Amino acid sequence: MAVTTIALPHAELAPRGRLSLEATWGIILVLPYVVFFLVFVVWPVVYGVWLGSDAAAYRRLFADPIFTRTAFNTFVFLAVGINVKLFLALLLSGFFARTTPWIRWLSVIFILPWAVPSIPTLFSFRWMLNSEWGMINGILWDLFTIEGPWWLVDPQLAFGSVIFVHVWKYLPFWTLILLAGRMAIPTDLYEAARIDGATPLQMFTNVTWPYLKNLYITSTLLSTIWSLGDFNSVYLLTGGGPAELTHVLATLGIRYAFNLHEIGVGVACVMVAVPLLVPLVIVLVRRLGRGPEA
Amino acid sequence: MSTPIGHRSDLSYALRRAAGEGAMLVLGLVILVWTLLPIYHMVMLAFTPVSDAFAGRYWPDNPTLDNFRIVVTQDHFFLRSFWQQLGNSIFVAVATMALVLSVASLASFAIGRLRLRFGHLISNAALLTYLIPAAFLAIPFYKVMGDYGLLNTRWALVFAMSTFAIPYAIWVLRQYSESVPFELDEAAKVDGATPLQIFWMVYVPLLRPALIAIGTYALLLAWNEYLYAFLLLGPERQHTLPVAMGYFLVTDDSPWPLLMATAIIYALPPAALYYAVRKHMVSGLTSGATKA
Repeated sequence: MAVTTIALPHAELAPRGRLSLEATWGIILVLPYVVFFLVFVVWPVVYGVWLGSDAAAYRRLFADPIFTRTAFNTFVFLAVGINVKLFLALLLSGFFARTTPWIRWLSVIFILPWAVPSIPTLFSFRWMLNSEWGMINGILWDLFTIEGPWWLVDPQLAFGSVIFVHVWKYLPFWTLILLAGRMAIPTDLYEAARIDGATPLQMFTNVTWPYLKNLYITSTLLSTIWSLGDFNSVYLLTGGGPAELTHVLATLGIRYAFNLHEIGVGVACVMVAVPLLVPLVIVLVRRLGRGPEA
Repeated sequence: MSTPIGHRSDLSYALRRAAGEGAMLVLGLVILVWTLLPIYHMVMLAFTPVSDAFAGRYWPDNPTLDNFRIVVTQDHFFLRSFWQQLGNSIFVAVATMALVLSVASLASFAIGRLRLRFGHLISNAALLTYLIPAAFLAIPFYKVMGDYGLLNTRWALVFAMSTFAIPYAIWVLRQYSESVPFELDEAAKVDGATPLQIFWMVYVPLLRPALIAIGTYALLLAWNEYLYAFLLLGPERQHTLPVAMGYFLVTDDSPWPLLMATAIIYALPPAALYYAVRKHMVSGLTSGATKA
């Protein structure tokens, strides 16, 4: 013991200009990540920006009526999909905050869409929504004797289905996040409100919401970014069809690059979202990055 | 309690309570149907004979396990490399997990525990990467992988998935390691432990819950990936299961019951794993989010 305590100052007395043992190890241990970052993040991003700096590609892109439709679709996808998803998550987090045993069991089942990989359930939806032999139209016929609509054939309904499936898949995740937020609210605030005779609505507006507001906004911003990158919900449900009318930016970019072999236009299609993405990322880095060293 | 008025308000309170409970039950039922219908549909179709796929029933007249037999014996054109593709999925998922765990834990240790001078910068760079939608980087990533000579190998997919999982892993580890007191490092240092020994004997054991969470996260991310797998993998024998299932969509008369049987075999391991480590996942995922 005595020996080691004597040995300790030795490391701290490293000559000026030379790295201490700790700093040397720090650099060695962080190096794998730095290499990873340079090779697989920085270089692809630089390369992508270079690919996307061809003005002619943007002219071609903006002249394509499919692009106009896709930009509109992407806007609807974000505006409707995210808000519906997070509003439902906010309501359901209140439901699952109750600790009745059967609600606890239900919450275990409720996570399934998030726990199961997206491809199997997307394919299941695809078959269910088939207008001729799908289960949805079967149910509509048996319950109400209605001829069900052409879900994935009609462009509007097809895109509505895409948004529905997206909400179905990601609702459990955001409900869990908001539930965790609710659980962090001190319970004596609710006790105090109850003693003051507050109605449930007043409890929500005066206790729950002020606590959850920040988390809700962060979730909305984060979900905007992630939903912009939701390739699967569109590609595997409609494939962008019918007649390329249900694309979003992520799927259209891939279509240009790999189906039409126009790499530049494909990158340009994605770069169009950068003006929206950059401010979002800056705000989120500030909100999430309040780490210990900040 | 004894006055009639009090009695009446008790009754109305009880009534309102019962109505509230009833509403909760109805809501619970709606949630149950909403959640389970697509999953039930998948299971139902997997038990339907291929020839009855178009019958549109709620449950097949002649339920069968034959679809699962066809899958595991590779007895169909679309499934002729099933075991190889399952092996590819496992390889990619496990390799991604190993790479993410080692790179992220070492980096987070260096940043948080060894007080690296530019640690803050690296931390923010990681967070920035976490916020780039992966699908947006697919095209340049594909080109760059070609330049590196990695295209059409399974390692390309492993590196791609690690690239997107490591930033989140570093972020979670940084958040979690705040709760581990520095005194433990100091004590180990006094005992003459090198930084590497502190990493193995203090840092890794104390961060076990967070490591389980991010290990599972990386495993599932790689297991579930479709787009990058589709772009980066080469011939059929390199495909992972999501890509193989995607090929069912190339013709209109694909055997959907076989697709659904494959989908169930593919979906069960990750779902089981998720439920097994659910407690860790929830705390890992929300540790940072609830603070913001």
